Parts: sequence; structure tokens; C-alpha cells
Amino acid sequence: MIAPLAEALDRMTRVGGVWGALLVAADDGLVIAEAVMEGIKPAAIAALAASLARQSGIASEAAGAGTPRFLHLQGAAGTLAVMSAGDGLLLVAVGSDEMNVGLARLEMLRAIEAAE
Amino acid sequence: MRRSRVIEAWTYEPLERFVRESGARLTLVMTPAGQVLAQFGFARAVDVMAAAALGAAVFASSSEIARLLGNLEFSTLHHRGHRFGIFLGGCAVPRGRLLALVIYGEDSSVGLVQLFFDELVRGLQEAAPEQERSRPVLAADFERELNDSLASLFGR
Repeated sequence: MIAPLAEALDRMTRVGGVWGALLVAADDGLVIAEAVMEGIKPAAIAALAASLARQSGIASEAAGAGTPRFLHLQGAAGTLAVMSAGDGLLLVAVGSDEMNVGLARLEMLRAIEAAE
Repeated sequence: MRRSRVIEAWTYEPLERFVRESGARLTLVMTPAGQVLAQFGFARAVDVMAAAALGAAVFASSSEIARLLGNLEFSTLHHRGHRFGIFLGGCAVPRGRLLALVIYGEDSSVGLVQLFFDELVRGLQEAAPEQERSRPVLAADFERELNDSLASLFGR
């Protein structure tokens, strides 16, 4: 699993504007695998992305929309995309405000297939 | 709203920030000997004393295991339960070595606690005064200081 997953994360980082890709334990907020550019703090992103996913999940369930599958957070200086990868895992992509989110999402789906 | 209670004032700001950002339910900042400098969330003195003693003992045991394994020490220790997790981290500040015992619930995670623990350490390192010269411990002083500490921690 590790080699195809590492390749998949690496492919995600080749998408325009993506600074890093991580597989994260949703409950713990810990990094399982990562491919990030220098200067990106994977532990911080993993912890905060897992927290965001948890809070969004509560809001989504309360709104009757069920468990979120994909979260896209667009900030003034960056973008965060979080996808549920099943089995308590999250796939996270972090990048610039010009990150190609559509392509990143496609690569995230491929990465999840590689992880299965 | 619950607030932190501190014996040493310089621990207040870093601890308040830590509990606000990490979502910790309970936190103790103490020396490796179990002497509490600050606490958040505990309602009873007996709970603080028990948690401090047990936390210090757990850290001492794990440090000894680390030594046997050839490590200098473990910097953090984490136990995850069904509804709560326990995080125990050590750090060095100008005041000496400190431990933080953190209990968190389902609304937080070990990743989040670890992330903000690193900030807590930086905050404590910046705020800590230099180590005081050690004084001889007298039985009368010990009891009075213990009572003063408990009064500070529980506002009595």
C-alpha cells in the first residue's frame, strides 16, 4: 500500500498550486503519509484539517446533509481541500489561492483508490 | 466560563491560550515531582493532587523505559481511550523542567493537542523567570505552601 500511496500523494503535489498532500487519521489528527513542499508543516495541517472535518461533519449532520465527503476551504492566501478516504482516514491537499481544485480533487480520488 | 487557576502568574497567559485553542478539558502544568504550577478545568483539590501525582509517576516510568532503550527521554506520551485521551508532555523552561498533563475529549484530537502543546512550550519558555535558588525545605513551610497553592488553584 505504501509505495502506490506515496506515488499518489506525489502526483497530487504536481497539480498546479498544490503545496502538499497528506493522508491523515481523522480521529487523531496525525499524519500517516505526506508529500509536502519545504516550509509546509504537515503536523499542523493534519491536526487542523482533521479538526475542520470534525466540526464540518457536526454541522453537516445537523443540517441533514449527512457526512461530508469533500471540503473546500478557500482562504485569502491559500486553499485547503479535504476528502474522506474511508476507514477513519482523510486525504488533504493544501495549496495557494490559485490551486486547481478540480484537478486536485481528481487526483485525490485516484489517491484514495491507490490506498485501498 | 471556566478559567485557568495558577500559582505562578507567568503560566497564566500561555495556559489560557493553550486550553482555548486545543479544546483541552483538563490541563495541569507541573514539575516532574508533581508540584502543580497551574491548572485548568479541575473542580476539586483532591483530583488535582491525584492527577499530578499519577502524571508525574507515569512520566517518570516512561522516562526510565526510554533510558533503558537508550533514548535520553520521551518528550511526549499519549494514551487514547474511548471518550477521552491523555497527553503528557515534558519541556525545559528557564524555571526548570516542566510537565503538562492534558485530558481531551472527542471534540479535540492528539494532533491538535500536540500542535498547541508546542505553542504552550514556546509561551512558557518566553514567560518563565530564571530558576530560583533552592532553599532548605522546612516542614512548617511545606504545609503552609501546600495550603497556599491549593487555595490559589481553587480560589479559596
